[in-house]
Amino acid sequence: MIDVAEVSCRIHGTEILAPATLRIPDGQITALIGPNGAGKSTLLRLIGRIAPLQSGRVSIDGLDLAGTASDRLARQMAFLGQSTALASRLRVGELVAFGRWPHCHGRPGPDDRAAVAAALAEFGLVGLAGRFMDELSGGQAQRAHLAMAAAQDTPWLLLDEPMNNLDLAHARTLMEALARRRAQGGSALVVLHDLNFAAGWADRVVAMKAGRIHAEGTPDEVLTSDILSDLYDTPIEVGRHRGRPLVLHHM
Amino acid sequence: MTPGFRHLRLALSLGLGALCLLSLSVGAYEVPAAGLLSDPMGLLVLSVSRLPRTLAAVLSGAALAVAGVVMQQIARNRFVEPSTTGTPESAALGLLAVTLLAPGAPVWVKMAVAAVSALLGTALFVALIRRLPPREVFLVPLAGLILSGVIGAVVTWIAWEADLMQLVGTWLMSGEFSGVIAGRYELLWIAAAAAALAWVAADRFAILGLGPEAATGLGLNPDAVMRLGLVVVSVVTAMVVVSVGMIPFVGLVVPNIVARLMGDNLRRTLAPTALGGGALVLGSDLVGRLVVYPFEIPAGTILGVTGAAIFLWLLWSKPRHVA
Ligand SMILES: Nc1ncnc2c1ncn2[C@@H]1O[C@H](COP(=O)(O)OP(=O)(O)OP(=O)(O)O)[C@@H](O)[C@H]1O
Ligand SMILES: [Mg+2]
Repeated sequence: MIDVAEVSCRIHGTEILAPATLRIPDGQITALIGPNGAGKSTLLRLIGRIAPLQSGRVSIDGLDLAGTASDRLARQMAFLGQSTALASRLRVGELVAFGRWPHCHGRPGPDDRAAVAAALAEFGLVGLAGRFMDELSGGQAQRAHLAMAAAQDTPWLLLDEPMNNLDLAHARTLMEALARRRAQGGSALVVLHDLNFAAGWADRVVAMKAGRIHAEGTPDEVLTSDILSDLYDTPIEVGRHRGRPLVLHHM
Repeated sequence: MTPGFRHLRLALSLGLGALCLLSLSVGAYEVPAAGLLSDPMGLLVLSVSRLPRTLAAVLSGAALAVAGVVMQQIARNRFVEPSTTGTPESAALGLLAVTLLAPGAPVWVKMAVAAVSALLGTALFVALIRRLPPREVFLVPLAGLILSGVIGAVVTWIAWEADLMQLVGTWLMSGEFSGVIAGRYELLWIAAAAAALAWVAADRFAILGLGPEAATGLGLNPDAVMRLGLVVVSVVTAMVVVSVGMIPFVGLVVPNIVARLMGDNLRRTLAPTALGGGALVLGSDLVGRLVVYPFEIPAGTILGVTGAAIFLWLLWSKPRHVA
């Protein structure tokens, strides 16, 4: 479980995240939704100790963020940021292998190699493993970053808009990969803009707006016309399909 | 490792070996290849002059090339190297300060002061570029050049006032090996040791190149890795500046060529980078010894011209990406 207690964030005196308290259960997929600038990335970066905590506490599976070595945390959660521009020139296979750093510290064993191979296969990158990252399409590069996070083989995955650049089929592959992990006890906290992916796969939805948690609950509870229209300040209809909410954009 | 890379490393090793043999045999005194052991004069020339000179060129070239890659990983920018980030000027400033304030200080104190002031100058550069917008690739080398210029101007002004221009010239402008004899180049082993430290931490530097966010996510402390990199760059530069004078472009040209062929996985690329740097500087020294024989042109001067040309070509032929 990720336990977020009274976590807030200010930049240059402006509050961009009001004190937030939140429990994210393990063994589930939790979707973090909300309009641009709502504070989703800010919250995810604080939980992933990418940005230092200014106030409040976060613990992940009982490990307190402030009191746990970063290297230990890297075996508990993998983080993929919203923008993933690389300055260095690496091959896909090399990038994915860096995901094993927290486990092997540069001395890969058979387990590490197997994890890298599995992650490459999971995201359809086997044929691209030898290609340089700067010679890939946007979606192929995004899949390589996802494979790197998967290779880290952690109980938790923290993903910020992982669908960026992905086509429909690969976006679905990603959600299916998360669901496979969930079946083995894995957990994920994922920032999503396409609400139907949240409707189709998430167990919980956390909605943020203007630096606050706006609504929280199961997809059925949060993905309603009222809450969503209010969240995005635009009329949104929600139908149903196979027992799950279906968010309609065109009316 | 794919066969292509193994061939590249083999070719570099053989090339460097050939250059070493050539360097050992070129000079006013003919050292006989056969019967060397029965020629005391030949042995003396080899051990006191030619071997130290050859080693000095190889060590400084290898260490500078490695320092170049490390600097590029720290700055996350391909177009910087120690000589364009104010590092040698800062080392010279430290040396100048000791020379003026404590002229009797032992050599190791001078070295330590040079390395520490190189470290401070380079840290200032890193602090400066952190404030630049990340997408402006060419602002970073520009900021480095401006910083080098400012620190260099201070050094020149102090040296002028203190009548030490010639001394400063040997640090910052010569990059030459003609004066290298046994006992006058051994500091370069410290530079090589610093470069070896980069090899030990190769994966950390490569991960730093993924960006601070990804590095933190993998459990590294980017600032700590950066500080280690600053130590490597500063120690290498300070030792080279003191021993033979700064040699430009090695740290820029060699890593850029290696990255284009092999990428930035430092664990694999550092060895070819070091070999290439050693070969480039030794080759330049040899050319300098041969073109106007029996006179000499400093290796630094040769590299100033050829290095600039190669670098311009690299910029020109920059592979363009669709994205
Ligand atoms: N470095 C910064 N300096 C000042 N303000 C910032 C900074 N980073 C983020 N903000 C502000 O904080 C707020 C929350 O940003 P955040 O990136 O968390 O939003 P988000 O919900 O992830 O949005 P998006 O969907 O666009 O990714 C925004 O209003 C943004 O302008
Ligand atoms: Mg965001």
